[in-house]
Amino acid sequence: MSASAGSGETATLTAPPSKPRAAGVFILRLLVAVAIPVIAFAVLWRSFDYMRDENANRLLVVGVAIVVGVGGVFFLYWAMNRIVDLMPERYREGVRPYVFVGPALVILGVFLVYPVINTLLISFKDSQGESFVGLDNFKFVFTDESMLRAIRNTLGWTLVVPIVAVSIGLAFATLANRLRRGEAVAKSLIFMPMAISFAGAAITWRLIYDFRPAGFGSNIGLLNAAWQGLGNQPVAWLQAAPWNNLLLMVIMVWMQTGFAMVVLSAAIKAIPDEIVEAARIDGASELQVFRRIIVPSILPTIVVVTTYMVINALKVFDIVFVIGGAETNKTEVIAERMIRWFFILNNSGRGAAIAVVLFIAIVPIMVWNMKRFREQEMIR
Amino acid sequence: MSAPAIPVPEIDQAPPSTRVAATDEAPGASRGGWFVRIAILVIVLLWLIPTAGVLVTSFRPENLVNSSGWWTALVHPFRAAEWTLENYRLALDRGGLGNAFLNSLAVTIPSTVIPITIAAFAAYAFSWMEFKGRYVLFVVVVGLMVVPIQMTLIPLLRLFANGATIGRLIVFPDLDLNGSFMGIWLAHAGFGLPLAIYLLRSYIGSLPSSIIESAKIDGADHFTIFWRLVVPLSVPALAAFAIFQFLWVWNDLLVAYVFLGGTRQTMVLPIALAGLVGERGETWHLLTAAAFISMVLPLIVFFSLQKYFVRGLTAGAVKG
Repeated sequence: MSASAGSGETATLTAPPSKPRAAGVFILRLLVAVAIPVIAFAVLWRSFDYMRDENANRLLVVGVAIVVGVGGVFFLYWAMNRIVDLMPERYREGVRPYVFVGPALVILGVFLVYPVINTLLISFKDSQGESFVGLDNFKFVFTDESMLRAIRNTLGWTLVVPIVAVSIGLAFATLANRLRRGEAVAKSLIFMPMAISFAGAAITWRLIYDFRPAGFGSNIGLLNAAWQGLGNQPVAWLQAAPWNNLLLMVIMVWMQTGFAMVVLSAAIKAIPDEIVEAARIDGASELQVFRRIIVPSILPTIVVVTTYMVINALKVFDIVFVIGGAETNKTEVIAERMIRWFFILNNSGRGAAIAVVLFIAIVPIMVWNMKRFREQEMIR
Repeated sequence: MSAPAIPVPEIDQAPPSTRVAATDEAPGASRGGWFVRIAILVIVLLWLIPTAGVLVTSFRPENLVNSSGWWTALVHPFRAAEWTLENYRLALDRGGLGNAFLNSLAVTIPSTVIPITIAAFAAYAFSWMEFKGRYVLFVVVVGLMVVPIQMTLIPLLRLFANGATIGRLIVFPDLDLNGSFMGIWLAHAGFGLPLAIYLLRSYIGSLPSSIIESAKIDGADHFTIFWRLVVPLSVPALAAFAIFQFLWVWNDLLVAYVFLGGTRQTMVLPIALAGLVGERGETWHLLTAAAFISMVLPLIVFFSLQKYFVRGLTAGAVKG
């Protein structure tokens, strides 16, 4: 790898040199890859055992956690590296990469790969995950009235939220790009809700949608106050199906527009000035510049941002869960149903089946992601 | 070549050419001047109103909160009877927010630090070491970025509660991890790893190979190169992921709800908020104070480290 990082990377990544090695190396690799995480786990476990005592001082817990989390994990890698140094020389460099990458692979295996496979299995089993029931759970998912509503609502989320958030984000990024002063401030104010939890945002917007029937005091919710100001009767917005779904989507739009705006703004700034100026000199109006130059040049970014938003909207859970009353208000979504069936109604088969439906919806995006990554690697 | 998913933007760091054009009365800027400014102002105000409502309400006495809209307080901003700190005392103490705040710290900090350390080692191996299956394994990591967490919850809860065995062989010991901090740290570490590895690899892989090569010639082994050279050089990328993961874990409701539960001893802030909404949905003076307590730390982190945060977010536009 004496060439530039770029070409060196590609060469080694696409065609890893395969030196034939003894089976001993393989076994050693395997041992190391398994031993490190197990020891790491045991050490971490011992260090934190006392924290089961729920009255342990939290600040102390945090302190110990940082020391062990950084120091302990680092020390384990260091120790394992030492052990590799003690191995016969011809094995060393074959085993060492697995010291570095092994723990990550084991954690990914335990916390992502294994559960995904297991969930697929559980989705064909009964409520306690004991005996197989065939496709019953999936039949439930696609016939139950509340589930069908959840699927419909989730489809609504994946359409409305990305379109609205990306549109506002794009408009704002384009306009802010032409501000002479205050662009950074304006952008960070739009971006700010991104730092807030969905739970906090749900409370924030519940206050806006707050409702009191006429005659029960003045409405303290901004929306009803404005609505009444226009001469209407107050409305229980969060119970007004099906429009209440839109009101919940507004919360997510509020939170995610900043993301779209910041990313798109960066893409807009990357367009060479000469192109835009040339179009203006040729007499193009601002709207034409936007439609014919800005949008086509940042189209790949728009696609990526929209995909990200679609994934997030598919998995929306917190907003609906914290606002509450999903069933009575007909605002169910898939991710929220999953928790309800698995965690509250204690039916792991149905919970798993709902999760699988969510997963299948995301698989195309996952494959596309991997394909895109491989194309990028080819270019590198 | 570090190019993540999308070009990495930095707020307030436009390329110099844009800057010049903007001050030079670009034709567009002068044509749409007023319209642009008013449109921006309207959108910013719309975006600020919800947060402003929470902030103002949280400082108003209970009886006023319930009898008039928060915007009426802005008419007499200097009347002492309009304002109080009582709500915060109540939320921290009776609402259990003080305890939840500490719990959130105890969950978030290790959940941020552990995956970073593990991912940094892995990212180094993926970038600068040669081993079988390197490319394929990394493509799998990219795929894992979007796996919905819902897909992992049921098996993980069982694993934490019962362990796992194949025949008589104990594959995963029964550690009784449910409801413990240890369990949620590991879960968050697992869920955060794909993004962390992806982000760090695209950064570490783009370091000039000449540096690494010359260190090797000087006799440094991989471990020394990693620790002395690569980690210090990668601070921006490490910070970007740290902020991203910190905000994500701090604001997470789902994982905390499933693995820690809602008991008062172990509940984190989002759980506490959700609980308050369920129990006392209309006590706005308490709810708004609680909501604001949960927002304080992320907002500080956000405004002080915005540049890094933006970097992490944009590069991780594919995270699940």
